[in-house]
Amino acid sequence: MTEASVSSARGAPAAKIVLDIADVSKKFGGVTAVENVAMTVPEGRILSVIGPNGAGKTSLLNMISGFYKPDTGSIRLRGDDITSKRPSEIAALGIARTFQNIALFSGLTVLDNLMLGRHVHMKSGVLASALYWGWARKEEIAHRQRCEEIIEFLKLQDLRKQQTAALAYGLRKRVELGRALALEPKILLLDEPMGGMNQEEKEDMARFILDVNQERGVTVVLIEHDMGVVMDISDQVVVLDRGRRIGGGTPDEVQRDPRVIQAYLGTSKGAAAA
Amino acid sequence: MSVLRSKDTDTLPKLMLRNARERADEPALREKNLGIWRTYSWAQYLEETRAFALGLKALGFARGEKLTVVGDNRPRLYFAQIAAQALGGYSVPVYQDSIASELVYVLNHAEVSVVVAEDQEQVDKILSLRERLPKLRWLIYDDPRGMGAYRKHDFIRSFAEVQEAGRAADAAMFAAEAAKGSADDLAMIAYTSGTTGNPKGVMLSHRNMISVAESFAAAEGVRIGDNWLSYLPMAWVGDTTFTVGVGLVVPIVGNCPENPETVQRDLRELGPDALLAPPRIWENMLTTMQVKSGDATPLKRWVYERFRGLAERVELARSEGRPVPFMDRLGYALGTFFVYGPVRDQLGLRNARTCYTGGAPLGPDNFRFFRSFGVNLKQVYGATEASALIAVQPDAEANPNTVGRTLPGVAVRVAEGGEVQVSGDNIFKGYFKQDDVTRDTLTDDGWLRTGDAGFVDKQGHVVIIDRAKDVGKLADGTPFAPQFVENKLKFSPFIREVVAFGDQRPFVAAMIAIDISTVGNWAEKRGLAYTSFMDLSRKPEVARLAIEEVAKANRGLPDAARVRRLLLLNKELDADDAEMTRTRKVRRRFVAEKYAAVIDAFYGGKSSVDVTLEITFEDGRKSTITQTIAIHDVPAADASGRQAA
Repeated sequence: MTEASVSSARGAPAAKIVLDIADVSKKFGGVTAVENVAMTVPEGRILSVIGPNGAGKTSLLNMISGFYKPDTGSIRLRGDDITSKRPSEIAALGIARTFQNIALFSGLTVLDNLMLGRHVHMKSGVLASALYWGWARKEEIAHRQRCEEIIEFLKLQDLRKQQTAALAYGLRKRVELGRALALEPKILLLDEPMGGMNQEEKEDMARFILDVNQERGVTVVLIEHDMGVVMDISDQVVVLDRGRRIGGGTPDEVQRDPRVIQAYLGTSKGAAAA
Repeated sequence: MSVLRSKDTDTLPKLMLRNARERADEPALREKNLGIWRTYSWAQYLEETRAFALGLKALGFARGEKLTVVGDNRPRLYFAQIAAQALGGYSVPVYQDSIASELVYVLNHAEVSVVVAEDQEQVDKILSLRERLPKLRWLIYDDPRGMGAYRKHDFIRSFAEVQEAGRAADAAMFAAEAAKGSADDLAMIAYTSGTTGNPKGVMLSHRNMISVAESFAAAEGVRIGDNWLSYLPMAWVGDTTFTVGVGLVVPIVGNCPENPETVQRDLRELGPDALLAPPRIWENMLTTMQVKSGDATPLKRWVYERFRGLAERVELARSEGRPVPFMDRLGYALGTFFVYGPVRDQLGLRNARTCYTGGAPLGPDNFRFFRSFGVNLKQVYGATEASALIAVQPDAEANPNTVGRTLPGVAVRVAEGGEVQVSGDNIFKGYFKQDDVTRDTLTDDGWLRTGDAGFVDKQGHVVIIDRAKDVGKLADGTPFAPQFVENKLKFSPFIREVVAFGDQRPFVAAMIAIDISTVGNWAEKRGLAYTSFMDLSRKPEVARLAIEEVAKANRGLPDAARVRRLLLLNKELDADDAEMTRTRKVRRRFVAEKYAAVIDAFYGGKSSVDVTLEITFEDGRKSTITQTIAIHDVPAADASGRQAA
């Protein structure tokens, strides 16, 4: 997608900030994974976090989703401080994530994995659910309907009843995205959704991410190594290097930023020699 | 009595109106969506079609205009076609996987003004060609997903929007528009891709579509409300003939699978009353069965193999008209309960009263396997120019060799030179804007030249042997169809490719490439060591095997067409060596030139030949090898008595 179409599709006015990350740091023993990183995520946009290996991207995502507690700084969701909330509480607030290393129940079917992703929305008690009676039945049907919509959305119809363990890697990644979507998140955190994929799978995944963003209005925070994809689909890019934020802006601005070029390509002299 | 006799039911839209009147609440069309089969009744079918038609009219769609649908089988794409026809327009379905140049050619040649696309993927394809499609006025999409950003194009509309506009219009206008149509109006232009040149637009009228549907329904005992799986490409005329033609005439229920990948599962869920599939799909089913039985527990496998053998015996006896021994009949009844029934159920064929294969030959062993398991598999024969159907095998006369009897109202004759010609209400109105080609395709008295060489056997069945242009003559004047001979030989699992010679020669000879996997397997079981294809093909044991296989195949061939001499190639025929096309069709002329020495040896009575081959490696390097290859004589068939039976 070209830059022109992105801006025209989105309109000019500045979006509301949904996530405000203020000067967070995280140390593991003597290693500083993230140091005083600040960034804001505008509502309804796709923001990518890029950086070399070990730059602190996944740690940052882990802090947003509540898996790590920041040592300093704060994370606010629409103004409310969520810095010290548990992962389950954060999920219930509408922030869903996928993992760099796929985390699915491999013995369950695609459909069951998605249904599990909806547990935060399920209200029926154990007894009612077990009897499949009254409200519980209605609720189950409604949840199945939402999962079927996701299955259709991600074109997983033929795999609905397949165990995820038997699926190819690219497909499991897709199921993981589906599981995150089953939560009906307002914000989606994607940790390398295209890692290990071939070009065609990457294109499919990029298409899905754009559709999630544009049709469901979901805000996306994306960690991805494939620069082509990042520059194509992101509205904003934040660049980390060795735990620090070294740049940020629109994809165009970032691509021209000398600090970013240096972090990625070595010194400009080195790049010329290569 | 034919529905064509009445002015009220002589077009497809009028039949739809009839069904909505007489069977308002009965199912008409289903689609699987979000994991559930959703049903449209005839009343809804009418409502959806009417709304779209009137919306289309509001967009300025006039009589004689053409509407294209492109996408997988979806109810809305069927509604759109009937809507266009109700307004006096024609439908021009195109293949969903057409490449850009094909689409541009067809849409421009047919002067299509409205395209109804299934989804964003198809819309993107049309949009990218926008500048090259001057006649295109409206692009309408079914699935709204991902279409938000396309709103800036003022010629794009959603299906729902068009319908909304149509619902605001006077509903009575629809019936009034439909009433203007008559049987000989065009219903569709079906584009067929030949092996050479651009696709040709086959013009089919309502009379064509309705008459063929009526004939088929009468011949095959199609029942009202039968379920049909609508999964074959919409652009292929057969889908229209069944889902729309038979669907509206009888009427039967079309069922659209969820997407192309789910067809096998949806088939099992649905259990349709009839199924049409090309040989490739039948072969896939068989492979799946064999793999599953191979993975089963030893006991299950033993049971399966026992009953499979029994079924084969019974089927062979039945097909040869011999009585089936009592114990076998008893066993078969048992097998139906324990094996054949469950297998049919697994394949989704439990309810299917009739199954059809057509378009290409299906190996006789595969054909018999399905029949032996109680699947009523039969061959059909047809052509786009004949509204998809010409002949079908009656239930009691199914066999792997013929394509059956002509449908009621359809006549077949064999012209001088062996070409099969067809006449009947199903014969097309000509190629759109290609009168010269039409004149070449129809005889002076209006019969369709099929381009297929064949004959009508004693029983009255049509037998197709080859494309007419490939058919030659042996030196004594007997017609010789190389493909017919080659197919017979290729039904052997040990033979992968065959090139048969015989035109202007005293007898038929064949170059054979063995199938390395099956012959290799066979050799291993016999402790026969080999290193490569070349080595294996030169083993005397393998030669004996090949001679046996050819002798077996010879029994199914007329005396003159039997293969008398053969040679086992020391390499596989390969597209890289230009011996085959990329779609694995033998390039006959090229092979004949390349192997001229072999042909000379065949007919010069030599017992071996030096073959010098240039081999192209995958990296483009070439090298040559010369080898002496033995030529074998096939002993004259000993079973000529069987041939007569």
